[in-house]
Amino acid sequence: MRVVSATPKSTIRDSLSVSITVGAYGIAFGAASVAAGFTVLQTCLLSLLTFSGASQFAVVGVIGSGGGALSGIATATLLGFRNGLYGLRMSPLLQTKGAKRVLAAHITIDESTGVALSQEKLGVDAMRSGFWITGIGVFVFWNLFTLAGAFGAQAMGNPAAWGLDAAVPAAFLGLVWPRLTSPSDRILAMAAMALALGLTPFVPAGLPIIATAFLALVIGMRKP
Amino acid sequence: MNTMWWGVAGTSVAAFALKYLGHSIPQRYLSHPKIQKTNLLIPITLLSALVAVQTFAQENKLVIDHRAVGLAVAAIALKFRAPFPVVVILAALSSALVYHFF
Repeated sequence: MRVVSATPKSTIRDSLSVSITVGAYGIAFGAASVAAGFTVLQTCLLSLLTFSGASQFAVVGVIGSGGGALSGIATATLLGFRNGLYGLRMSPLLQTKGAKRVLAAHITIDESTGVALSQEKLGVDAMRSGFWITGIGVFVFWNLFTLAGAFGAQAMGNPAAWGLDAAVPAAFLGLVWPRLTSPSDRILAMAAMALALGLTPFVPAGLPIIATAFLALVIGMRKP
Repeated sequence: MNTMWWGVAGTSVAAFALKYLGHSIPQRYLSHPKIQKTNLLIPITLLSALVAVQTFAQENKLVIDHRAVGLAVAAIALKFRAPFPVVVILAALSSALVYHFF
């Protein structure tokens, strides 16, 4: 199959629609982060520098509910591990080095990798374009919406009065829901919830969450 | 530096390090099926734990309050395939209503 050098219209359309929809979630993060006690500046820096939704929600969630910095960082980092595996998958495709690799690494997230892989039938160029347009697009919209959400929450004041304290677990539920594809996934999710709640009265905040990573480790590493 | 600043700095450095490492090491590392499998399971347990703790914990105590209503509404919205922002807004609205009126 001959690869056309111009990016297919459908690739551009897919990339941009993912960028805008996913970027809009940034408003929920911005609000959640400020409600958790982070400043607008800290909130925006997380979106600019961490740039990985689940990790960002995790660090503000853990620290906001009284966990230490290390618990927050550890939970966020365990959630960010998958971006490393996406990088592993994307690097032979992108063939970057130097500054371009730094940029490619920074925008390696669920969505840029997902769109790139979904363009496989259209050839390598379309996959590359899908990665770059989606990664940069999500970055731009995610940061703009984070700022809006952060200012919005700051103007609101008491988080509970506006339901922001319930918006955070709802956001986590929305993030985990599409991952529960089999009955065993759902059982694992229930077990993790039970373990975390069971530990809550006895250990410092943050640790009950990290402890559930061991459940994943035990099940993932056992013989198939 | 307070806890928040350490959280911002540590999370950002670690997140970028993982991404960059992925782009820089040969594909054969970490491609073991067990690592791939564990990588799919870790977000399930951590995110589920966050759902539970953020809804039912108040510092070190377990409580059932307005947030539980918000979470139930979010679950129903997800069941009906509502998009993410709708799920979050409905959860916030229902929780705020309970907070004000009960």
